[in-house]
Amino acid sequence: MKGLLGALFASITAGLAGTYIVSRRMVFLSGGITHASFGGIGIGYFAGFNPVLGAAIFGIISALGVEYLSVRHKIREDSAIGILWAFGMAIGIIFIYLTPGYSPNLMSYLFGSILTVTNADIIALGIMSLILISYFSIFYRTILYISYDEVFARTYSPYVNTFKYITTALIALTIVLNIRMAGVILVLSLLTIPPNIAMIFTRVYSRIIIYSIVAGFAGTAAGYVISYFAGIPAGATIIFTLVVIWGLAKLVKKITCA
Amino acid sequence: MPYLIEMNSVSVSYENVIALQNVSFRVNENDYIGVIGPNGGGKTTLLRVILGLIKPDSGKVSLNRSLINESGIGYLPQLSTGDITYPVSVADVILSGMMIRKKIISRMSSSDRKRAAQVIEELGLTAMAKSSLNELSGGQLQKVFLGRAIIGNPKLLLLDEPGNFVDSNFEIEFYEKLRDLNKRMAILMVSHDIGMISAHVRSFACVNRGLHYHPSSEITNEQLAAYGCPIKLITHGDVPHTVLKTHS
Repeated sequence: MKGLLGALFASITAGLAGTYIVSRRMVFLSGGITHASFGGIGIGYFAGFNPVLGAAIFGIISALGVEYLSVRHKIREDSAIGILWAFGMAIGIIFIYLTPGYSPNLMSYLFGSILTVTNADIIALGIMSLILISYFSIFYRTILYISYDEVFARTYSPYVNTFKYITTALIALTIVLNIRMAGVILVLSLLTIPPNIAMIFTRVYSRIIIYSIVAGFAGTAAGYVISYFAGIPAGATIIFTLVVIWGLAKLVKKITCA
Repeated sequence: MPYLIEMNSVSVSYENVIALQNVSFRVNENDYIGVIGPNGGGKTTLLRVILGLIKPDSGKVSLNRSLINESGIGYLPQLSTGDITYPVSVADVILSGMMIRKKIISRMSSSDRKRAAQVIEELGLTAMAKSSLNELSGGQLQKVFLGRAIIGNPKLLLLDEPGNFVDSNFEIEFYEKLRDLNKRMAILMVSHDIGMISAHVRSFACVNRGLHYHPSSEITNEQLAAYGCPIKLITHGDVPHTVLKTHS
């Protein structure tokens, strides 16, 4: 039950955030944020505070850093993300290595573990779902238009950067909270596969969000149940299921359009 | 004649490169001005300064707030700014022009939607109102962006190289549309193709760091030579051809 509730909240947050990053072509940036946040997990372990908190701080700072530098056109964005990506992982590994004793939960951060999510994880994801739903419904058009054509948006709004920063910070937080579900290595697909399934059937932004949530929940719940009975890792099973759904959706579309 | 925009000794530079130097310029109501000049001469910068996207290093840009009020300035950027694979429909892109009046919180009212439908019809885009941008031709796309620029009924319309992506079928229609619009708004049109726009505009501003205003649409050789403006002439004949300047 706890797992299914987690799957629901994961699908809602990943559907909203995923639609944003996929349509804005920020998938690589999101990968950078995810892996950078592993540095925070390592430091959390070492210093003895909640690793998710460490990941959140690392994730948000790196996300805002990349947005800031790209707004200023000071860097080649992809190179900066590549550096950040590896740097976060390096810090994470160093600090986990330096932590006395064995860290049994490390694998659950790398590959996710929907079976061991705590009540606190579920509550955090639930709150995040509420925040994202409110944010996207109140500012729907603003977000849509800024991410579609930023240059034009600047001609009418002085708040373009503010919105970009807020949205990116929320995306970073969403990724970090979902790391507990799918792990650092797999979480990105939880965000990117559902919108890609949705976009096979619709090009309307609001519908992409809804279809993503539905597809994400179907894949996550099915993957969760399969992993439970087959005794295989949940994160990997979920991603595998989502890719299968994506393939089937492509096939269905091809058959119905032929 | 009341002015819409007045620039006084405006200078802009990027890093160490001077883009505009000591530019003074005025756009009045119902003007139809062609902005010409070589690539990198500062044409787009001029538009961006007017739009407030770039703050000048020195000098002053004043907008006549009594005329350019809530409807703002209509802007048709060079095509490259938006991602045409982005999941957004023709109607939504045109509707985004209303954001000028909305600022942040942004429910579109039914009157906004009605206005959008009106613009869509006016531009002959009704059949593709729900299409994605990547399903349109270059000319249709340009009309969508024109729709976005004019939906708010601005008093000033800025066009950045509108001819670039318009094929010849659309060209005549497009410029006719602009002539119509000019009855209710001033137009400032950037183009490197002086031959094409000279038939439409009423005056020229030649931008090459500095700005030289020519109050008529006829440009003499002397003026062009003095300001380093490039020119291409188009004439009609049995075989399509380009006429180059006689060797001196």
